[in-house]
Amino acid sequence: MPNILVVEDSPTMRQLISFAMKRISNSKVIEATDGVDALKKLSSEKVDLILADINMPVMDGLKLVSLVRGNPSYKNIPVIIITTEGAEEDKKKAIAIGANAYLPKPIQTQELIKLVNTFISG
Amino acid sequence: MDKELHLTKKADEFLQIFKKGEEFTQELLKENEKLRFKLAQLEDAVDRCGDEAKVKLYEDRIRTTEDELKSLKDRYRQVEEENKDFAVKYIEVEEENNNLANLYVASYQLHSTLDFNEVLKIVLEIVINLIGAERFAVLLIEEKTNELVPVATEGMSIANIPKVKFGEGIIGTVAKEGESYFSEHVQGRGNGSEEDPIVSIPLKIKEHVIGVIAIYSLLAQKEKFSNIDYELFNLLAGHAATAIFSSKLYTQSERKLTTIQSFLDLLKEKPRR
Repeated sequence: MPNILVVEDSPTMRQLISFAMKRISNSKVIEATDGVDALKKLSSEKVDLILADINMPVMDGLKLVSLVRGNPSYKNIPVIIITTEGAEEDKKKAIAIGANAYLPKPIQTQELIKLVNTFISG
Repeated sequence: MDKELHLTKKADEFLQIFKKGEEFTQELLKENEKLRFKLAQLEDAVDRCGDEAKVKLYEDRIRTTEDELKSLKDRYRQVEEENKDFAVKYIEVEEENNNLANLYVASYQLHSTLDFNEVLKIVLEIVINLIGAERFAVLLIEEKTNELVPVATEGMSIANIPKVKFGEGIIGTVAKEGESYFSEHVQGRGNGSEEDPIVSIPLKIKEHVIGVIAIYSLLAQKEKFSNIDYELFNLLAGHAATAIFSSKLYTQSERKLTTIQSFLDLLKEKPRR
């Protein structure tokens, strides 16, 4: 059963992403409201994939990715960045920090499911 | 002499009989030969007749198999077509499912609180995350002045959004007529000015308009509106209006209740002499 950590400050987006993830068989969704909350969840639960927003209060998504990549326990967890920033430079920045994929908002649920499946089924 | 003659006659008779026997035997041999030849011919004909029957049988079988193959090929093509139809329908159902999930989440979130500011925040979240707007404002009608006043914005300062007279300009007309406005230039990001939004959605409770959502530009990656966007606009027009209106009333009643409670507390206090 893959555990998917959804890091998003917007309750609307959290619910929407969680809804989409329920369509992936046997997946369990763990929700976090920002980067700090995500790190807490990572220390207490086994996580197979992280879906994170960039713009969040307390700790943003890019900082979270760099901390995840710097931690030997979490460095191999795939991270997908979901954000309103659609510019190519934002995408490059996220990938350079260590994100595995980048999905701009508004998200297409089918596209998200397809992308998530490439990481959890492989 | 007679005896000799008799013997000669007997010998001739015997020779005659012998010759006849010889002729008869030769005739029998010839007849036998003819019969053998006919028998051989008949056997050959029977053999040939058996092969033809087999060939005919095989030909029939081949014909039947070919017919079956053709029928199977037709059925396969038919199933393949049906499969394609099902695949297309599956994609459509999936899309519809996703759209319904979006609408459900939006509606659920809008009615998840009675806090006016939280409702406004949720409206902004929906417009940013589900529709993909970059710059937009929520304006509500102020009954006293009959003006549309900005109460929340995204991507622009609230101070830059002017108040709009009811019935004036695009926003005022949308508020007056209660019909959504979509600019002809809505393809592409759009870069509408504060008075010239690319989309304007009336917030309606039944036929009563309480405000307008004005969108000035879309996110860079948002190229055009899809069907779900129009569904979301419809949902916002109704549900956001109800959520905003009820949360506003609730906040006002809470404030009034606090005032009345304070007044009652004051009355309960014993008068000082």
